Amino acid sequence: MEQHSQHFKENAARALADASAVAQRDILALFTPLMREAAVSEFGDFAALRDHVKKMRQHTLDNLDYYLARFELEATNNGNRIHYAETAEDMNSIVLDICQQHGARKVAKGKSMVTEETGLNDFLQRGGMEVLETDLGEYIVQQAGETPSHIVGPALHKTQQQIREQFLENHDLGERDLESIGDLVGEARTVLRDHFLEADVGIIGSNALIAENGYSMLVTNEGNGDLCANLPSVLIICTTLDRVLPRAEDATAIQRLLVRSATGQPQTCYTSFYSGPRRAQDADGPLETHIVLLDGQRTDILASDYSEMLRCIRCGSCLNHCPIFAATGGHSYGWVYPGPMGSVLTPLLTSLEASEALPNACTSCGRCEEVCPSAIPLPDMLRDLRHEQSVQKITPASWRNGLRLHAWIATRPRLYQALTGIGISLMHRLGGKKGGFSKLPLASGWTSKRDFPAPQGETFMRQYRRRSQSNER
Amino acid sequence: MSESINPRVSLFVTCLADLMRPSVAFASIRLLEQAGCIVDVPLQQTCCGQPGYNSGEYEATIPIARQTIELFEHAEYVVAPSGSCAGMICHHYPKLLDGEWRERALALAEKTFELTSFLVDVVKLESAPAVSTDLPPITYHDSCAGLREMGVKDQPRQLLKTLCDVEINEMQQSDVCCGFGGTFCAKMPDISEKMVDDKLRNAGNSGATLLTGGDLGCLLNIAGRARRQGLELEVRHVAEILSGDLYSPAIGEGD
Ligand code: SF4
Repeated sequence: MEQHSQHFKENAARALADASAVAQRDILALFTPLMREAAVSEFGDFAALRDHVKKMRQHTLDNLDYYLARFELEATNNGNRIHYAETAEDMNSIVLDICQQHGARKVAKGKSMVTEETGLNDFLQRGGMEVLETDLGEYIVQQAGETPSHIVGPALHKTQQQIREQFLENHDLGERDLESIGDLVGEARTVLRDHFLEADVGIIGSNALIAENGYSMLVTNEGNGDLCANLPSVLIICTTLDRVLPRAEDATAIQRLLVRSATGQPQTCYTSFYSGPRRAQDADGPLETHIVLLDGQRTDILASDYSEMLRCIRCGSCLNHCPIFAATGGHSYGWVYPGPMGSVLTPLLTSLEASEALPNACTSCGRCEEVCPSAIPLPDMLRDLRHEQSVQKITPASWRNGLRLHAWIATRPRLYQALTGIGISLMHRLGGKKGGFSKLPLASGWTSKRDFPAPQGETFMRQYRRRSQSNER
Repeated sequence: MSESINPRVSLFVTCLADLMRPSVAFASIRLLEQAGCIVDVPLQQTCCGQPGYNSGEYEATIPIARQTIELFEHAEYVVAPSGSCAGMICHHYPKLLDGEWRERALALAEKTFELTSFLVDVVKLESAPAVSTDLPPITYHDSCAGLREMGVKDQPRQLLKTLCDVEINEMQQSDVCCGFGGTFCAKMPDISEKMVDDKLRNAGNSGATLLTGGDLGCLLNIAGRARRQGLELEVRHVAEILSGDLYSPAIGEGD
């Protein structure tokens, strides 16, 4: 996918200028945390499960080769064909090859952020395939020629009215009102139904690959994933190799965390396990199944200081709790993954330069880490990325030098106190009467939006030293 | 008070209280003394190093961390009127440093506290000279680091109840960031503006005319924006209110 992260600040300013979109995001930012909170508090010992899953994920990642080999063995025994893709391009070519080998023309696709990452849809379309997204949110976004704004709810940026107008314009279905959400869903279902039946290949993602039995788990609310997986004669599961887990019960443990964190539901409508192609005794199912495992720099991340990021289960909770995501919306981040997890992943999967603003789009408020079901230290990672930006001199020199000068002075207490003593008294003399400054040299970032409150008077240190001296006398 | 001997507290003033609002440090000393502590203020202290650290200037911050450790490690307790500075010492110095320095950082972390949690959880301050009971309607902003790194949530509310007999007009999203974030507010002013405006709207909707909190960074941001917008909202650090200091000008108010 094309990257626009370089323009994060401009994107954000534009997003903030759209009052109705801001209002819609404000509502989501208020309610999605409440929904999660309700589900989590009903669950019982969520913290214990979170801790267990964190350890289980970390253990798996620490022994990834072993579990991948086991998964490959079991999945192959079940009749799946396993493909390893080093890069995004490799994944796209493998998928197109499979489609072409079957003379396919139509592809039905379930929701998959990995294929957003690789730009699979465009690639297949250029290869002559007709590709239709079948998750409602993805369908809406694809039809609008947009990209997902949220990893769980791709079309959360759209209002009901916008979707209604889009459907009336795009679906040639005659006179109709489409007044209710039910009408909209019904219409999408009608349009998509034919496509499911006509599709030659189905493509879905995976929430977990289970090493002990070679199954792939998919968690959805619409059941479209199951139609993609079961109706076309060929199924391709596109995912990354870090999705593997040891046991079936580990996958269900993830599922319990994932769903509550993502939507605040106790359970999604569908949780499916795909074992492989149709067997002789099965009534239906695909005749051929492929699992394409993308590395896409995951092994690099695994070997880096950011390996914990691979524990992410893509629940979107960090997005829902991030006040910066709420302010800017997902599109401002300019690539596939927005919000705190995106601000860590995007620099790792693209480049630190192209994503310069993202690690800085953080106040270290810690809300993301607090709710992350995988207990990923997102604020620490974002700060570490800022450190790398400074080391690589991607951070503007003025910032680096200013902060280093501050630190240099702060380790010279006498100098520090002499300078601040003079400076603060001067500022008080200039601004104390009024109480603040509307402009201040060297603080234009601050004063562009707020006044700079005037210091109260002399520094504490000056006052305190004077008091202690007069007490001694 | 739990112990019969008076606890000895070294005050970590914090650079913002030192420079911008000394009344916060004086109020902290009064409160600690009311709780029976013997307070000293190490004179060589400057800043905990957050500005550089949060911007990823780790190498430049290491000498600051070491200086703070050397200055405070012999204290019985270290108390700061700021959740984020206490959090910096307790959680980030150990991440920043290695080897022997890391051990020393961990030892310092053991005895370092944010002011209101120290008063409630450690020395159990339950009464103090009566302070003004005719406070205006008041709301509390939960600063992020205090809340999530230092577990400060009920303590300031409890102190406001027991010492000043006030109930908080809780605002919606009191635990959501105000948009300060240190250098963040200068690097991304548009986003920061939206966040602080949300905070001001929520504070206004609570019916409060006085906003308080435990971290001067946030309070300067909130007060600065309120002033820019011409809003009638008084902003004061919670230590000032608890110690009855309501007469000096509020943050951003003229002399
Ligand atoms: S980083 Fe954590 S909260 Fe964010 S999507 Fe991943 S698992 Fe969910």
